[in-house]
Amino acid sequence: MFIINCPFCGEREQSEFKAGGEAHIIRPKQPTELSDDQWAEYLFMRKNIKGIQFERWNHAHGCRKWFNVVRDTSNDEIKAVYKMGEKPPVQ
Amino acid sequence: MKKNLRVKTGKVIDETYRISFKFNGTTYYGFKGDTLASALLANDIHLVGRSFKYHRPRGIMTAGSEEPNAIVQLHNKSSRTEPNVRATEIEIYEGLEASSQNCWPSVNFDIGGINNLLSPLLPAGFYYKTFMWPASFWEKYEYFIRRSAGLGKSPTKPDPDIYEHKYIHCDVLIIGAGISGIMAAKIAAKNGLKTLLVEEKPNLGGSTIYQNSDHFKINNQNSGSWLEKEINEIKKLKNLEIKTRTSVAAYHGYNFLLARENLTDHLPINQRKNKTRHKLLKIRAKKVITATGSIERPLIFDNNDRPGILLSSAIKRFADYFGVACGEKNILFTNNDSAYETAISLIQKGINIEAIIDNREEVNSKLIYEVEKNNIKIFKGYTVTDTSGYKRINKISIMQLSKDGQKVVGSKIILSCDCLGVSGGWTPAVHLFTQSGGKLKFREDDQVFIPNIYPSDQLSIGACNGDFTLDEILVNTPKSLIDYLNIKNTEYDNLEISSSTNKSKRNVWLLPSDKIFGKTKSFVDYQNDATAKDIKLALREGFRSIEHVKRYTTTGMGTDQGKLGNMHALGIISETAGAKMGELGTTTFRPPYTPLTFGTIVGRNVGEYFDIFRKTPIHDWHVTHKAEFENVGQWKRAWYYPKENENMHEAVQRESKAARESAGILDASTLGKIDIQGTDASEFLNRVYTNAWSKLAVGKCRYGLMLNEDGMVYDDGVTTRLGENHYIMTTTTGGAANVMGKLEDYLQTEWPELDVYLTSVTDHFATVSVCGPNSKKIVSGVIPDLDFSDESFPHMSFKNAKIGKINCRVMRISFTGEHSYEINVQANYGKSVWEKCMEAGKDFNITPYGTETMHLLRAEKGFIIVGQDTDATMTPIDLQMDWIVSKKKYDFIGKRSLYRSDTIREDRKQLVGLLTDNPNEILEEGAQIVADINKSPIEMLGHVTSSYYSPNLKKSIALGVVKGGKNMMGQKLIIPMEKKNINVTVADPVFLDKENKRLNA
Repeated sequence: MFIINCPFCGEREQSEFKAGGEAHIIRPKQPTELSDDQWAEYLFMRKNIKGIQFERWNHAHGCRKWFNVVRDTSNDEIKAVYKMGEKPPVQ
Repeated sequence: MKKNLRVKTGKVIDETYRISFKFNGTTYYGFKGDTLASALLANDIHLVGRSFKYHRPRGIMTAGSEEPNAIVQLHNKSSRTEPNVRATEIEIYEGLEASSQNCWPSVNFDIGGINNLLSPLLPAGFYYKTFMWPASFWEKYEYFIRRSAGLGKSPTKPDPDIYEHKYIHCDVLIIGAGISGIMAAKIAAKNGLKTLLVEEKPNLGGSTIYQNSDHFKINNQNSGSWLEKEINEIKKLKNLEIKTRTSVAAYHGYNFLLARENLTDHLPINQRKNKTRHKLLKIRAKKVITATGSIERPLIFDNNDRPGILLSSAIKRFADYFGVACGEKNILFTNNDSAYETAISLIQKGINIEAIIDNREEVNSKLIYEVEKNNIKIFKGYTVTDTSGYKRINKISIMQLSKDGQKVVGSKIILSCDCLGVSGGWTPAVHLFTQSGGKLKFREDDQVFIPNIYPSDQLSIGACNGDFTLDEILVNTPKSLIDYLNIKNTEYDNLEISSSTNKSKRNVWLLPSDKIFGKTKSFVDYQNDATAKDIKLALREGFRSIEHVKRYTTTGMGTDQGKLGNMHALGIISETAGAKMGELGTTTFRPPYTPLTFGTIVGRNVGEYFDIFRKTPIHDWHVTHKAEFENVGQWKRAWYYPKENENMHEAVQRESKAARESAGILDASTLGKIDIQGTDASEFLNRVYTNAWSKLAVGKCRYGLMLNEDGMVYDDGVTTRLGENHYIMTTTTGGAANVMGKLEDYLQTEWPELDVYLTSVTDHFATVSVCGPNSKKIVSGVIPDLDFSDESFPHMSFKNAKIGKINCRVMRISFTGEHSYEINVQANYGKSVWEKCMEAGKDFNITPYGTETMHLLRAEKGFIIVGQDTDATMTPIDLQMDWIVSKKKYDFIGKRSLYRSDTIREDRKQLVGLLTDNPNEILEEGAQIVADINKSPIEMLGHVTSSYYSPNLKKSIALGVVKGGKNMMGQKLIIPMEKKNINVTVADPVFLDKENKRLNA
């Protein structure tokens, strides 16, 4: 079970959080202008990386804020956490 | 012919405290401190069980948690019965009753023993190969296979014991209180670290504590006495907590570990009352030091499984620790020096040793010289080729091992014995290390896997790190702790050590016999009866991966998880397939390290505490009025209110009729309620609902449908505009938390520019819904000051009001199709308002109704229930709810998905009404719908989602989803049931009052 450093509350047990899938997928501003394929790309296509992955987490049983996490999926090491709208601190 | 094999007092035995216990119905005696295994051995009992597949007689093999054979059933048939308990771990107590497993009628005469004679017919994969054909026979085979499967019997009565969970946070967790664990605990605690030391056995000190020989000295004292003093010292340390009888089951990422602390299993049953039996410790440690020691390897030779064959280290432990001789004519068989430590202990205790068989040729070792001084015959360069004795070993055959170890040479010698100790060297107990994600490396010198790459802040020390000899442990442990804990020195840096072990070992994974290989039974997994032959067969049949060989042969899949034989399985695969051990890797070690009881896992979360349940403020009234309840999410909702001897159908018919004919009252408090405020609240609703919200006037209500981005219906409910920038949204009961989460997600991540604030207020309000033609009269009786005229208070509008001094919000909205009001009050007034409505409704036969009637009423009206009539594949168009999808809005969640090539297909499943040809026939929800019964295979067009008998329409009605159903109005379809086919006609899903006359009445 991870310990996640919520950018608003500090370190907490993973059981307080909810995972929210891949980060930095921006909802298209003009969906009506997209082809089926382009919309499907936004809607369905997600990476499943062994290694460094950018993902969204929600402190569901805490401050309820969403934020981003950089996690190495091969060993679950969390490299960084940062707020929504911020640039990822590592590549 | 009972014998007493108790020798001089053992380390932990209190001979003044005699305990009686029963084994297979016979009473025996042992002493305080005994395990069941040591007490049985003292009574000269080796045969304790039968093996899984061949039902071969099996005895006690080890003295610890790695035991594969001596597993017993405790207190058979009582509520405390427990299967598969290791006799080597359970401490005896007055009244203990244990019995053998996997045998019938008794362990001495077991019918299943015939499997042993049939064993040539039962190779690896026997069941897979035999019971595949003909496929239709499986049901017949299955009965017999299931009956013969499994070892012990699970309890059938509720568990009377108490279990708890506890969180522990510490700086350092040390697993294992052998010599290296004790040293680590002292160093860590003395350096100011909050330290927890856990040990699975009842006593500290591991195997060094009973090491009492001149060959092993620390600072000029026997190593055992030196360690004893250390233990007495650490017990006084303030920073150190010590937990014995505590076994670490799992080592997860981020140094999160689960351990089971056993608090009462060693007490007589009558002393356990009101005490917690097991505690599941959830440990979060900054640092973890693993000192789990090592497990002695057996040797793999023909018939190596007979009762009386034990690990050599177990024989030593039984003698030194418990004061028990495992036999009177002992032979030791070894490929390394540690059997000689056993020999010296036996000599000290006056226990007879017939001979020692050593795989190795001449070895220069002080231990061997001492044993030879005692005139004990040592056969050097020999191996055991076979054993005999069905229920107890009585003879062994030995022959010389060839130079390459692949065959035997010379003449056969037969030796008689009643106990054979085997030692194949040591395997580091790296289970927990690998569970944590650690990577192993293979050390060629002595053929062991040892920790290599640590995945978290942890360290392995002592034997589990591959340091087997006393001098290695004493030198390496302080050194690695200095680095790991970042300290200058330890008090152990300059110990004077003398240790006599010679490290040489002659490793032969599978020892040869003079018999042809096919005739041998060399067991690798003792519990599951997997032999070397089975492993070779698997390889011949093409299995290469160790994980596949394991599953095919079931090697390592017993309750002991192959703690003894897994390494040999690997070794045999490596030798046979010509692969390197280091490249083969090991099978995956998974939690738990030793089995956990279900009680430990669930802790206090049993019975009514299994899950949280939520009650509305009116709950007590429903209970008093004999409501039956149903679970909706975590809510307990009134389901129906049976009167006298009514069954559910009768009650629901009565409630439904009353609601349509006069008045019904429903507790709707469980609906999700979200308070939405902010200058962008209207815009926000525009984006999350399919319909338009900007023009909704203050004081009006509107039904909304919420989609997922994929266009599928997610939730629905009525939202009311309370003020210019203030709305209250209702959600489905089950969807409340998810809807709240989804709205927050969009606000925080996609639309942070919107000025919107969300507050969940589900629990803050109680909601009383009164419906029916007389609802206006009733509610106006409760709130006399309010203008209830249709002009001032039409359908889909809202008013603030007061009931006495109680503020309330009254919405005229309806889920039943009747004229209806919902009164929302602060939760703690809920029951009083409900009672006021009941009082006011007395003259109108106001009838409380539950969720079942609510479902029926809304189905008559064709209103959907999200999650019942929808299943995450239904768009609003599929539901024939096109009217709620705004054409004007540029965007809302899910809009783009509504015209994907898939969502515009004409033949999607669409919601329709279904009327049975026989109006009294009620369809089953979930039943399949077909058009052509004769087509093979039958094409399934859809299924029934809701079905009821409507007392108001006096016929059966149903909703269902049917492929292309929209264009099938009036068409005949068939519902094929087990016993008959039911004919139905596709109809409009609105069965009652299409013109909404009742709503507006």
